[in-house]
Amino acid sequence: MDAMTPLTVTLPMLDVDWETLVSVNLPTLLFVIVGVPLALVGYIVGLDVLVRRLPKRSQPSVRPWVWVAPAIFFVGLILVYPMVGTVVRSFFDRRGDAFVGLGNFVRLLTDHGVLIVLRNNLLWLLLYPGLVLLFGLLLAVLSDRVKFEKPVKSLIFMPMAISFVAMAIIWQFVYYYKDPSEPQTGILNAVVVNIFHGLPITWIQDTRFNNFALIFIGVWGATGFAMVILSAALKGIPAELLEAARVDGANERTIFRRIILPLMMPTIVVVGTTMVIFALKAFDVVYVMTAGNYNTDILARRMYAELYSAGNYANASALAVILLLAVVPVLIFNLRQFRAVEARR
Amino acid sequence: MGRLIRILALVSAGVLGLSACGTSTSSGKIGGTVHILGTWTGTEKDSFDAVMKPFTDQTGVKISFEATRDLDAILQTKIAAGNPPDVTGAPGVGTLIKLARAGKLVALDDKLDVSQLNANYGADWINLGKIDNKLYTLYAWAALKGLIWYDPKAFQAKGYQVPKTWDELIALQNKIKSDGGKPWCVALESKAASGWPGSDWHKEIVLSQSGTTVYDNWWQGKQKWTSPEIKQAWTTWGQILGSADSNVYGGKQYMVSTTFGDGGQGLFTSPPKCYMFNQGSFITSFFDAYTPKPTAGTDYAVFPLPDVNTANAGAHVVAGDAFVITKDTPQARALLKYLATAEAQDIWVKRGGGKIAINKQVSLSDYPDAISKSLAQVVVDTKIARYDAGDLMPSDMQAAYWAAVLKFVTDQSKLDAILAELDKTQATAYASP
Amino acid sequence: MSVATAAPPATPPARSKAARTRWSQRLSANVSSAGLNVAVLALTLAWIVPTLGLLINSFRPGGAFNTSGWWTALAPPFNFTLDSYRAVLGASDLAPSFFNSFMITIPATIIPTAVAAFAAYAFSWMRFWGRDWIFLALVGLLAVPLQVTFIPLLTLAVHMGLTSGNNFFGLNAGFLAVWIAHTGYGLPFAIYLLANFFRVLPQDLFESAEIDGAGPVTVFFRLVLPLSVPAIASLVIFQFLWVWNDLLVALIYVGGTPEVAPLTVTLTNLVGGLGQHIEYLTAAAFVSMVVPLIVFFALRRYFVRGILAGSVKG
Repeated sequence: MDAMTPLTVTLPMLDVDWETLVSVNLPTLLFVIVGVPLALVGYIVGLDVLVRRLPKRSQPSVRPWVWVAPAIFFVGLILVYPMVGTVVRSFFDRRGDAFVGLGNFVRLLTDHGVLIVLRNNLLWLLLYPGLVLLFGLLLAVLSDRVKFEKPVKSLIFMPMAISFVAMAIIWQFVYYYKDPSEPQTGILNAVVVNIFHGLPITWIQDTRFNNFALIFIGVWGATGFAMVILSAALKGIPAELLEAARVDGANERTIFRRIILPLMMPTIVVVGTTMVIFALKAFDVVYVMTAGNYNTDILARRMYAELYSAGNYANASALAVILLLAVVPVLIFNLRQFRAVEARR
Repeated sequence: MGRLIRILALVSAGVLGLSACGTSTSSGKIGGTVHILGTWTGTEKDSFDAVMKPFTDQTGVKISFEATRDLDAILQTKIAAGNPPDVTGAPGVGTLIKLARAGKLVALDDKLDVSQLNANYGADWINLGKIDNKLYTLYAWAALKGLIWYDPKAFQAKGYQVPKTWDELIALQNKIKSDGGKPWCVALESKAASGWPGSDWHKEIVLSQSGTTVYDNWWQGKQKWTSPEIKQAWTTWGQILGSADSNVYGGKQYMVSTTFGDGGQGLFTSPPKCYMFNQGSFITSFFDAYTPKPTAGTDYAVFPLPDVNTANAGAHVVAGDAFVITKDTPQARALLKYLATAEAQDIWVKRGGGKIAINKQVSLSDYPDAISKSLAQVVVDTKIARYDAGDLMPSDMQAAYWAAVLKFVTDQSKLDAILAELDKTQATAYASP
Repeated sequence: MSVATAAPPATPPARSKAARTRWSQRLSANVSSAGLNVAVLALTLAWIVPTLGLLINSFRPGGAFNTSGWWTALAPPFNFTLDSYRAVLGASDLAPSFFNSFMITIPATIIPTAVAAFAAYAFSWMRFWGRDWIFLALVGLLAVPLQVTFIPLLTLAVHMGLTSGNNFFGLNAGFLAVWIAHTGYGLPFAIYLLANFFRVLPQDLFESAEIDGAGPVTVFFRLVLPLSVPAIASLVIFQFLWVWNDLLVALIYVGGTPEVAPLTVTLTNLVGGLGQHIEYLTAAAFVSMVVPLIVFFALRRYFVRGILAGSVKG
């Protein structure tokens, strides 16, 4: 570390006029720290007092709405309201003044570029949720049994904390290509060249590999997410249950198959469903790494391009609707799943 | 069309020049704040701050600046929602043209001192700011494109001469090859904008080979990509690249995967990996980050791409941020007036980064080093200046252009299919939403 | 990472020594245990390689990562520098943007978590008309691409005066808009996750509470919340991370001027428009990672077995 000079930074942190910063934002700050939690608790407690004043018979039919009302309000405002406009828009032409029925959908679904987009989304759909679940489950279950569980989890979790702006540069250090005559600066090609004595590969540009390379970036980022949730579910399994099974002479594999897996199943479905939806609306990785070039385009990025580059709201809306429709099978699966949990009670 | 614009410009300049005399000058204190949306970050933002300082001192107008790399998305969203910034500085004009036609931009004809502008700006630069005969955009600095960077020591060692004509360039290219070297480094990777450095090659050739009429019609969507002129520019570039990209260091794989800013590294290695590198004037800010840092003049020098067709001698593609008023306030007007002054552009030029002043009052002696001075001289000598065609196209057309570059270098034999695809985009891209 | 290694290894309180011995015996003792350790270590190692590359490159001189791989820096001669960190920590708007990031992130985490917990409780333990269908529709809304909501919502915000610089009962209105937006964007996942955890809580708990005369509010605050701490902790982490790392939503609703810009905006702006000094992003990534990691470490202690264990017996 001989070349390292001490970190003598003129820290602007110290020059900041904190007094002004805080006093200007004081009302907001107070609102944040005190007001928000108070308002939320006050809402539920206050309204419950009102509900209790209702006749006993009508209480059960009113009370649930008090509890779901804030959620329905926010989701209605932020997601449903814009989406209704989008769905309507998807049946109109580019200018938005002539009804074209399914015209936008027909045009898009016969466009060669969109077909590649759909193929890529299918690839994401097949690989991304599966790999995230596999690695997430593996890490959650295995790390539960080793002494260094906490550091392992922290390290696996770290990619979650990296913004997608930094993601591009991180993966440059993995996938970068240099001419065979130069030393490789990407670790993957360094391994290919120095250990396997092969020729370096342009992982991001070569259409044989690039979709897999991009999907893996997504998997890398989301595995920590799956691991944390699955691990929370695993920790929720009463230890007594496992112990009782062991006392009965069940081996570890049976315990995993007969007790752990069924009890974790609802959570696995949640993580799986979330990952399927994330695979459908994947955007960041492709947007940052290739902008959809080299046959890597996907639905959400194409939609973004239609919306902001082409200014074609008809196409963008139709793509958003396709995205929403693609989720329906997953939802039906979920409905079955949680009716089954209900029945088991 | 061009002539019509010019005549109208003269007429309107005459009429407006009279009325513009009455408007207030920037000497008085206006106060308030001007909200600016732009793309400048890092050192460019520092330069922008330096340019803004005298303005704030003189007028009392505070600058509230917001930078984003997603300018198209943010600007369109803010305008659609009725929350536009006061002033926007955009590197591409395609979106601005659409917005102007939709009535979302403020025409500058009666907001600026047009007679003064006519005195200080070349006619091409004023015409460039016109959309449907009304002045909407103002340029405050230019960057020169189509520049060939080379290492004079490497040239000297091999006895290579700087080519003055296209034939000399081709001869030099062949000589380098027969000496066992690679003539070119080409680096096209630029994340979401990958491919643009190749489009710089192509559009420079279009302008120099086929002239301004073809060039203007082409970016305006009136000349097909499959037309002989545009196609010929692709094949000419293909000859530079050589069959199977044999004239380029590292071939197609190197081209598509190397970040454009690193493309010049090959010039400075020993022995050189390549002898020439085509990039705009701003590339020097990337050279500065190389290790070891090359010195302007001794380690690198520059010559403009020779004329492909002498009929269009001295033609050059330029670029630069376009300033528009997205919300008419006195502060916004004052800012645009200030940006057009020699005082403002002088600060920009002195801070380097390959920026060249547009205001003719900025003296050549203000450029920080010999290279930037010589580039400013090129601009002065430029007989035919055209703004970057890609930046003028609608942004989906531009994106398709960049993508086409990547497809072309990967497989030159697919050119016809690539051009047909571009024609398809052209057919829809120019329709206003 | 010293925090992580210094922490004592998790010893689940409820898991007895007997059970552990039995498990080891069955897998012929140390061999498989070693295999397990190796497998976990190998997977972890593979996972951190990209981040490790980023970390090492963040201490190398600018441009060095273009000429040689980061692993070469680990052999002498060492050439490390703090230049990138100096540039990032010296950024003029860094401190206010840290402050702004907290201003945006804290409410945008608390509000959706609380609102989702209320709704998830109703969806899993109350009966009402259309319950399953409303719930499914909520989950389905997870697929709404955020980009289509920007224009209609910002239009609404502008009409209501919820833009930066405006005062809304003493609040900076831009922040209010971004909290509401993040709440809406985060709710589908939050409700989905929490309902799944609430649903599997043991039913006898609720029955005995009801017999004791506790109302739903009491049950929610005294039973449901404490028992779902791991789920809530993970939700808080994710929502916090999403909002903290968000760039686009912040730019749309609060804007990128220094008075309101969050950390992501300030750090992204360090790099030149064409990617000059991209090495600053390496250091910036770690500077921006500090807060999410602190949140993660602070909440990590809730991910332990046995929170449920004690209460199930009753």
